Amino acid sequence: MTRRVPGLGAPRDLVFPVVAERTLVSGLSVVAVRHGQVPLAEIRLRVPFAGVNGAQAGLLSRTFLSGTAARTAAEIEAEVQRLGGRLAATADADEFVVSGGGLADGLPRLLHVLGDVLSRAAYPAAEVSVARDRLAQHVRVAKSQPAYAALEALNRLIYGNHPYANQTPDPADIMAVTADDLRSLHAARLRPAEATLFIIGDVNLDAALDEAEFALMDWKGTDPFPPVLSLPPMPRIPSRPRMVALAGWPRAVQACVRVAMPVLPRTSPEYAAFQLAHLIFGGYFSSRLVENLREDKGLAYTPQSAIVHLLAGSVALVCADVPADAAAAALAEIWRELDRGPDAPAGEGELQRARQYAMGSLTLSLASQAGVADTLTALAKDGLGPEWVAEHSRRLATVTGEQVAQAGRYLSRRHAVSLVLGDAETSEPGLAALGEVVRC
Amino acid sequence: MTFPIYQYTLRNGLRVVLAPDRMVPVVGISVVYDVGFRSEAENNAGFAHLFEHLMFEGSANVRKLEHFRLVQGAGGTANGVTHLDYTEFFELLPANGLELGLFLEADRMRSPVITAAEIANQVDVIAAEIRSKVLSRPYGGFPAAKVPPVLFSSFHNSHDGYGGIGELRAASVAAVARFFRTYYSPRNAVMAVAGDFDCSAAVRLIDRYFAGIAATPAPRRPDFTEPPLPADRHTSYTDPLAPLPAFAVAWRVPDPITDRAAYLPYLVLNAALTDGAFSRLAGRLVAGQRIATDVAGRLGAGNEPFTARNPSCLILWGLLLPQASADAALGAIDAELCRIAEDGLAPDELDRVRARLTATLLADLDRVQDRVRRLAVTTCLHGDARAAVMLAAGIGEVTSDQVAAVAASMRASSRAVVEVIPGGGP
Repeated sequence: MTRRVPGLGAPRDLVFPVVAERTLVSGLSVVAVRHGQVPLAEIRLRVPFAGVNGAQAGLLSRTFLSGTAARTAAEIEAEVQRLGGRLAATADADEFVVSGGGLADGLPRLLHVLGDVLSRAAYPAAEVSVARDRLAQHVRVAKSQPAYAALEALNRLIYGNHPYANQTPDPADIMAVTADDLRSLHAARLRPAEATLFIIGDVNLDAALDEAEFALMDWKGTDPFPPVLSLPPMPRIPSRPRMVALAGWPRAVQACVRVAMPVLPRTSPEYAAFQLAHLIFGGYFSSRLVENLREDKGLAYTPQSAIVHLLAGSVALVCADVPADAAAAALAEIWRELDRGPDAPAGEGELQRARQYAMGSLTLSLASQAGVADTLTALAKDGLGPEWVAEHSRRLATVTGEQVAQAGRYLSRRHAVSLVLGDAETSEPGLAALGEVVRC
Repeated sequence: MTFPIYQYTLRNGLRVVLAPDRMVPVVGISVVYDVGFRSEAENNAGFAHLFEHLMFEGSANVRKLEHFRLVQGAGGTANGVTHLDYTEFFELLPANGLELGLFLEADRMRSPVITAAEIANQVDVIAAEIRSKVLSRPYGGFPAAKVPPVLFSSFHNSHDGYGGIGELRAASVAAVARFFRTYYSPRNAVMAVAGDFDCSAAVRLIDRYFAGIAATPAPRRPDFTEPPLPADRHTSYTDPLAPLPAFAVAWRVPDPITDRAAYLPYLVLNAALTDGAFSRLAGRLVAGQRIATDVAGRLGAGNEPFTARNPSCLILWGLLLPQASADAALGAIDAELCRIAEDGLAPDELDRVRARLTATLLADLDRVQDRVRRLAVTTCLHGDARAAVMLAAGIGEVTSDQVAAVAASMRASSRAVVEVIPGGGP
């Protein structure tokens, strides 16, 4: 029996949940959002971290919760657990983020623990020592993954001397970090004036803001010198469209094929158009790249292109893990899809799908507390607020096919870097037939 | 919980769960089929997973590639996952995509397209999946695929979900079609819908698309129970990518579905042992003796405390520092189990472990995507969607004495141990 695929019901305008904001005396911005049908709450604290030494940043995030003047690390953990909660810190070259959550009625206590740690973290020598050993071992484990090694090699190629070139610290550098280094770093960089706290949950907004103000009143930041919050701009990628860097990994069962290129940031007026061009190229399952490499050729399980937004610039990163002897075939297809863009503008169906997907993704990202929390934290890096979500949705709705085709010029082999990590003996002959192979 | 849960059954046997929640502008659909890779016969290893892939490759009125194009073109996301005891397919869509989602699920429940070309393509994709997820990662498949062959004896309980690529390449269209007829009957399925929809409209749409699907018989589900381990078992293997040694130790646990009261104390014990840097085992092995960099624990080889049937297991595992021995870690675990067997958990420890487990369960119900999946699978395995909520209450009733009794039962003579020897990387 033939049945017709049903159409969609009437779309609804995207409505952001109700937001309340307050800037505390300390300069900390607090943003509270009422959201949710279960008695839970999420928090995020974002502090800019540009220019911080990578080994110190990594270890600071691992020891941030390891004790204060008032509480031991075990007491902090017990208190958070009692609230049904979680609290953890991460750090990268751009920012330091504390993520947490728990039962909504435990929110005041959770904020209180956070306030204690922010204003009185002790970095006890014993805890720092354990965390240092662990982090060094974790880095070893991470570096034993071919996919990770491919990313590191790619970063060195793209970023040259920029701080982004080495995003994973060396174990030796980690072992050299002292508890005093961490205390100094905390004082210099974990400061309320540059930070934003997000609270999302089934909570009364005014009460949540009051609770945050009370719990974090002692966090003042002790270093008088404001940090430099910017990074050097990303280096220009040299134009060598037929070059392939080959990183050897003897006997690897698959080849990691990577292509990266600088693209537009979220703050660009052309970003909505670019986002659609990128989706059509490789940014989601129904893209040219996935339908080609996976559904037609069966070469890769999750080929994809992702836009990585970093403080110093945005990058599109194309990844395909393929059989060891298929690296050249896969790279040729990726190049073909990149080259195709300008000559093969998106069809109406292709454009409409990408448009709906991009708008739908915004709606879906607002469907959970954690989604709202992560969205707001990511936007804050670009200096964008909650209002951006609905504005961007409107831009996605109205951008034209011509604008999308125009913005697609950034997806080009002309300013891309291509890299293959895999068994060099197996991969090299095919790659040499494709372009100029440079071992790295 | 402020959303209601309605449950009913169509005449063809499809069980339906509706959980309307008008506060979020999205709708989630999850269809669970009561077949996982545990049900596979030895000559059909990997079929459950292969079939999960094929369900996205087209059906009577949906061409290849169209499933994702339609869902993503509606602003949504879709995926499928093959588990030990069930296979699930789910969509999350802006609320105006409800009818589309229902149509797509009904069309492939009624008549998926199974061709040799699609089987060949998806076997290639699965081969790539195994390379990416298992063969190219240090500790790939550990512990989920490495522990069951040691802890269990039957093929059903011990094999992994991938099967052999060689055998899958040889799979015939007829054999795959037989798998569909046997297991993909509406009587063997549950569909849950959660999020922003009008209940009576949803009932009408579900009727329109699903009521006409033929009521074929549900398969008989075999009893996979095994006799207890006669003695402890121990095995080791070399992982060429692993830079550090690792260990796993596992015990069988009571029936997670029918003997919930006996099962839940294992969940609490596992959390007391492994949840957090100052849990019993992390405190001892990572911070105290400093022989491990990480310890973890899980219920069910695939970390599925509430979504696996009997027989199931508790696994504790960890990454060790280069010179440390698995024996030292096992000795520390035995000592900690002994302490808990004698003294139970401290009152405060019990309270906070239960609080976090409860909050984790609730968080699963906050996200519509997770909520709808949880409701469907709970109905399939526990027979009642409300069990998803009741489980949280059950955790709150576990006592220190129960946890102590469980710890006392976890002896060296009834455990399975797997050691990973580091191959040192490239």
